[in-house]
Amino acid sequence: MLAMRHISKVFRTDLIETHALRDFSLDVAAGDFVAVTGPSGSGKTTFLNVAGLLEGFDTGTYQLDGVDTGDLSDDARSRLRNGKIGFIFQSFNLIPDLDIFDNVDVPLRYRRMKAAERRERITSALDLVGLVSRAHHMPSQLSGGQQQRVAIARAIAGDPKFLLADEPTGNLDSLMARQVMDLLEQINEMGTTIVLVTHDPELARRAQRNVQIIDGQVSDYRPYEPHAHATREQAPLAAGASA
Amino acid sequence: MMGYYFKLATRSLARNPGITALMVLAIALGIAVCVITLTVHHGMSSNPIWWKSDRLYTVTLDSWDPERPADEKRPALPPPDLTWRDAEAVTRSGIPPRAVRMYKATGVLSADETTGAVRPERVLARVTTADFFAMFDVPFRYGGGWKSAADTGPEPVIVLSAKMNEHFFGGADSVGRTIRWDDREYRVIGVLEHWHPAPKFYDVNNGAFDDPEEIYIPFGWAEKLELRSAGNTNCWKPEDIQSVADFLRSECVWLQVWVELPDAAARERMQAFLDSYVAGERRSGRFQRPNNNRLTNVNQWLADNEVVGNDSPLLVALAFAFLAVCLINTVGLLLAKFLGNATVTGVRRALGASRRQVFLQHLTEAGLLASVGAVLGVVLAGAGLWGLRIMYASPQTGFTGLMHVNGWSFAITVALAIGTSLAAGLYPAWRIGRLAPAVYLKSQ
Repeated sequence: MLAMRHISKVFRTDLIETHALRDFSLDVAAGDFVAVTGPSGSGKTTFLNVAGLLEGFDTGTYQLDGVDTGDLSDDARSRLRNGKIGFIFQSFNLIPDLDIFDNVDVPLRYRRMKAAERRERITSALDLVGLVSRAHHMPSQLSGGQQQRVAIARAIAGDPKFLLADEPTGNLDSLMARQVMDLLEQINEMGTTIVLVTHDPELARRAQRNVQIIDGQVSDYRPYEPHAHATREQAPLAAGASA
Repeated sequence: MMGYYFKLATRSLARNPGITALMVLAIALGIAVCVITLTVHHGMSSNPIWWKSDRLYTVTLDSWDPERPADEKRPALPPPDLTWRDAEAVTRSGIPPRAVRMYKATGVLSADETTGAVRPERVLARVTTADFFAMFDVPFRYGGGWKSAADTGPEPVIVLSAKMNEHFFGGADSVGRTIRWDDREYRVIGVLEHWHPAPKFYDVNNGAFDDPEEIYIPFGWAEKLELRSAGNTNCWKPEDIQSVADFLRSECVWLQVWVELPDAAARERMQAFLDSYVAGERRSGRFQRPNNNRLTNVNQWLADNEVVGNDSPLLVALAFAFLAVCLINTVGLLLAKFLGNATVTGVRRALGASRRQVFLQHLTEAGLLASVGAVLGVVLAGAGLWGLRIMYASPQTGFTGLMHVNGWSFAITVALAIGTSLAAGLYPAWRIGRLAPAVYLKSQ
């Protein structure tokens, strides 16, 4: 599903160079639920931005669902992102001018779907997160947990193969955080690959596989071996134990 | 997608009504000031008969005071008008295929008994020889002008302006009907289309931007009815004028004379005639100033008479500078607004919007804003021109014909609106499209 090889990403200013990712390699298989952990400044967010095609990289190769993303134009990257990737952000990032229905509609609009199909997908996604009845509320009228569920509905409405979640429970209390994680697990069980960036070891334990990033590198990278993968029931509790 | 972008644009503009109003007003004011200035400038600077500019010449001869020029500020120029006898001599030379002598008179136009009760109007008349209409390509709605024979008769025929035909005959074809001017009945032989040459090049000495006269009658009536001029009459020496006949023999200048000369040869022959005529008059004691017999084409005539002041191009430049300031302000406000909303743009990019789509979305918003500004600008320009007409248009100031938005001004307005829309929206829309979405998502 995701194959990064020897990726490097350097941020340059007039004074300093920051190596956000260095010789970074990682494989994520279709259907995986991977938790990415690491200390602040280790390169987690940069990894997520590169994986989500929001940023390019300096060297290395990155294949997403069999597509080499290295030389893609902005249009092609946007199409790939729109078709295959769903994003969930820590601060929900719902668009305040749009109601819930229109927020979930955003990625579908860029896919130029017919109105009837969009309506069906939006309703189905909102149904999955239990918010159909709030379709015409504005984001400000919802609680934090509800807003994050809308963000999840928005991420999955286009039926992406790959979901990138950046600290999705970071702004939620523990009860809501558990509900959101339950939802993500449910989506993963439906076949969507999920990469979750988190600081919370409790959440990381619920993933099938943990990856730790330190100083822009996966701390214990091993090439992907399908048979070595654990199921969720067998998932190791210690972060980074299965990479 | 354009429908979607339009929907997003209306929501975005409605979200900050204060800033939106400010931007619309900035664009509208810039456009309005430009359109008003351009319209006035165009009216003041254009040659309304440019296609015959190389064929039409006004004749001026320096019969003025031997001691001083006719115009102290422009001493090289002869007086703008001719005396009765000089005008007669020039137009009867037989050299130009068309020649016109004419002046402005006034009288009361009233309906005859067949027309019914219509309010009489005091109107300005152009008393002219027959070639006026053909020489100046005057457009007719009904009928036409008169033949030369009607000038000498003179025949009681009249040509009406579209406005007078509307007033007295409800706009119908009135050719063959009769109408009274002062105490005499005239037969209508022609009705003009709306004709509004600005400047009124053929008589710049009597209000260069006045409306054209409302009626036209054969020149022969001038002498027969002893019709006094309603325009400027300038005399340079004391003369014993007891009668109209005395006035016609005087050195007073008051008649406009134009000739149509098809080629250089005709022009040379005409010039030779003028020089010869003046030499003859000089021998009889007239024309004691240096020889200054001129054939002046329309462009030169407008320039000689300073119909376009030096201020006009400067004002246009200032108006465009003002538009530029308005646009820069709008661009700044748009940029601040778009960048202030960069997180939402980052989210859209993350959800699949390409740079091109983000650019188009924001360009739609800028275009909508500028379109509203442009419409308001045109309304303001219309109001401004109307205000100028109210304040300044009068026979004394001679500005009546200037403040109409014509096809040219309208085309410029549309071009300005489109250009403004692009100019105000392109850069901010391009800039927001180039944002790195990750930077703005990271800042959350």
